[in-house]
Amino acid sequence: MQVEYISAFNIVLGVLARFWPVWVALAIVMGASFLYKKRLGLYGQLFDSGVGIVGVGICLFWLFTAIFASTVAPFDPLAQVPIMKDVLPGAIEPKSGLIYLFGGDKLARDVFSRMVYGSQIVLIIAPAATGFALMVGITLGLPAGYYGGKIDTVLSFLANLVLAFPVILLFYLLVTPGIMETPIPYGLAGIFFLFPIVFFSVLFWTRYKNRPDRLYILLGLTLILGGWIYTGLVFDRDPLKIIHIDPNQLNIFVAVVFASSPGVFRIVRGLVMDIKTRDYVAAAQTRGESPWYIMLWEILPNARGPLIVDACLRIGYTTILLGTLGYFGLGLAPESPDWGTAIKDASRLLRSFIHPALPPTIALMSFVLGLNLLADSLREQSMKD
Amino acid sequence: MLSFILRRLGTMALTMLCLTMIVFFLINLEPNLKKLAISQTEMHTSAEQLESWLVNHGYRQNFFVRYGQWLGIVPKQPVTDPATGQPTKRFSFCNDPVVPTFSGVLQGDFGCSTKFKTTVASKLFPALGATGILMFWVLVVMVPISLLIGILAGMREGSRTDRTLSVASIASTATPEYVSGVIFTVIFASWLGILNGSAASASQGITFYNFTLPVMTLAIYGIGYIARMTRASMVEVMTQQYIRTARLKGLSFGSVVVKHALRNALIAPFTVIMLQFPWLLTGVVIVEVMFRYQGFGYTLVEAAGNNDIDLLLGCSLVSVFIVLITQLISDVGYAFLNPRIRVQ
Repeated sequence: MQVEYISAFNIVLGVLARFWPVWVALAIVMGASFLYKKRLGLYGQLFDSGVGIVGVGICLFWLFTAIFASTVAPFDPLAQVPIMKDVLPGAIEPKSGLIYLFGGDKLARDVFSRMVYGSQIVLIIAPAATGFALMVGITLGLPAGYYGGKIDTVLSFLANLVLAFPVILLFYLLVTPGIMETPIPYGLAGIFFLFPIVFFSVLFWTRYKNRPDRLYILLGLTLILGGWIYTGLVFDRDPLKIIHIDPNQLNIFVAVVFASSPGVFRIVRGLVMDIKTRDYVAAAQTRGESPWYIMLWEILPNARGPLIVDACLRIGYTTILLGTLGYFGLGLAPESPDWGTAIKDASRLLRSFIHPALPPTIALMSFVLGLNLLADSLREQSMKD
Repeated sequence: MLSFILRRLGTMALTMLCLTMIVFFLINLEPNLKKLAISQTEMHTSAEQLESWLVNHGYRQNFFVRYGQWLGIVPKQPVTDPATGQPTKRFSFCNDPVVPTFSGVLQGDFGCSTKFKTTVASKLFPALGATGILMFWVLVVMVPISLLIGILAGMREGSRTDRTLSVASIASTATPEYVSGVIFTVIFASWLGILNGSAASASQGITFYNFTLPVMTLAIYGIGYIARMTRASMVEVMTQQYIRTARLKGLSFGSVVVKHALRNALIAPFTVIMLQFPWLLTGVVIVEVMFRYQGFGYTLVEAAGNNDIDLLLGCSLVSVFIVLITQLISDVGYAFLNPRIRVQ
């Protein structure tokens, strides 16, 4: 049976049409942000520069693609249609009449659908891992920078130890199938996921120590929510069966948090050392505030600018790391539609077919580019103040 | 200054000791040893045979004893041949001692590669040489281009040149090696056909045809980063008082840039370039695998993929050493280049 093709122009139209929910959502959010940009603070200021608009646009585009993936993608990312093996872009699938917009890969799966579903994996893991890395880095960086001395020496030594590991070696050691048989990933996960709970508990405790009515509600909420997520993620024993993470995804998650938290630690430590010499910190010390109150409620809010910029860059960097993991076939399942794995599969066959390689590469590049542009214009805007 | 360097070297030695111990621990985890035993013995061996292979080859000794043996502070024991009862070499393809001797990294013995059936040294050092050649060309391409871009962009902050070059460098930092490698291969090897998409033949002789793509791929990721740092440093220098003085006394813009600004603006990029080496290391692994160039990165991947314990330890030692030594050079060099920094 012969596969029929549609023209290049129709492919472009088809792709644009498939993304319709994304365009609608993008138009609503961008339009609303543009209208109310005066009231939106730092986020609103992004819309003053071209670079900022492009950055926000690209990031939102991929965010909405991940959210609406099941509507945007015409096929199941793992479904194989034997006749469509290695077809060129624009081939029409005979049974359903739907189109393989970017062609088929060597296992006869739709490249376009895989790219769309790949965004889900990246947009869940990358920001979440960055969030945990920020928590770990902040919780350890604050005391290191504030107290200095022995705590600083020990923590900095540990951070430098991890930073001296070439990332790739770290991943080869930490993200192997064999390591899942040992308690190491679970132990590390148990430590890392404890940090957000500790962070928020201390945060609320220091602030509302003398106002028990608020304190108990907030602390209780933190402990219940945190404990629930904790049991779900670390022990995979969520009593409500909502939170679940695959062992190999947990492994990746832990490795990425492990690799990027020392970087956050360094930045936070540097910022704290700078900010703790300010007058308002001295004022708080004279008032007799506790050290952790000063760190969390005086220093941290004033370090938020550089931290937000760093978080943006770091999500991009985490995306690159995830791609590296996929490229070396570490951790993620071999049929997983994430971009790194797709690039690995396609780059082996570049000599015969190039079309399966381009969509995931361009997707990954554009997402990281969007984040970098966002970070750049955030930095510029926060410098203006 | 000397005591500073000595102290740094001490920290470095301690860091290396800790890191190699962590690596040693992670590589020798039970599942990894099992995989090694399975790959080294014939198919369908029973669990007892695997266990006896591990015992025979000394993998069942105490962890610290084995680490000490690898390091060279505990004598290496020869294994006993179960058939004859005589002490023999651990692996027939390496000249392991048949009498207990101190033979570890400190004595220059990196051990035995189970994957390549040779000593680690004879595999690792040629690979390092090959990567050295690659790195040399990458630096030759990367450093001048990135400095030029950075200086041109930072010379006049906010100008059109600045904006274009800044966006270009942001784009290049958003392109990891496995992305740019694929894109370059598609453009230059598949469409235009002017460059070779594989550098496997570069081990015999380096030509423009087979070596350009790996070098380009590796350089592009670093260019953006160094250029942005150079730009930031240049922008800062251009707002200094002495630049304004030089302009006001009537010097031309070009000569102010070249004679006054450049020298001070290039101190920060020096640190950045030195600290770029650890990043390049990851890039080297990706590029060597992608273009099939038989260098250090390729060896590392082979060692990790086949649970080649000694070879992987050798690779980790080398990479950790590179990271730490570049940090040291960048600190010391920074203090030398910038007279305002005085080391306490």
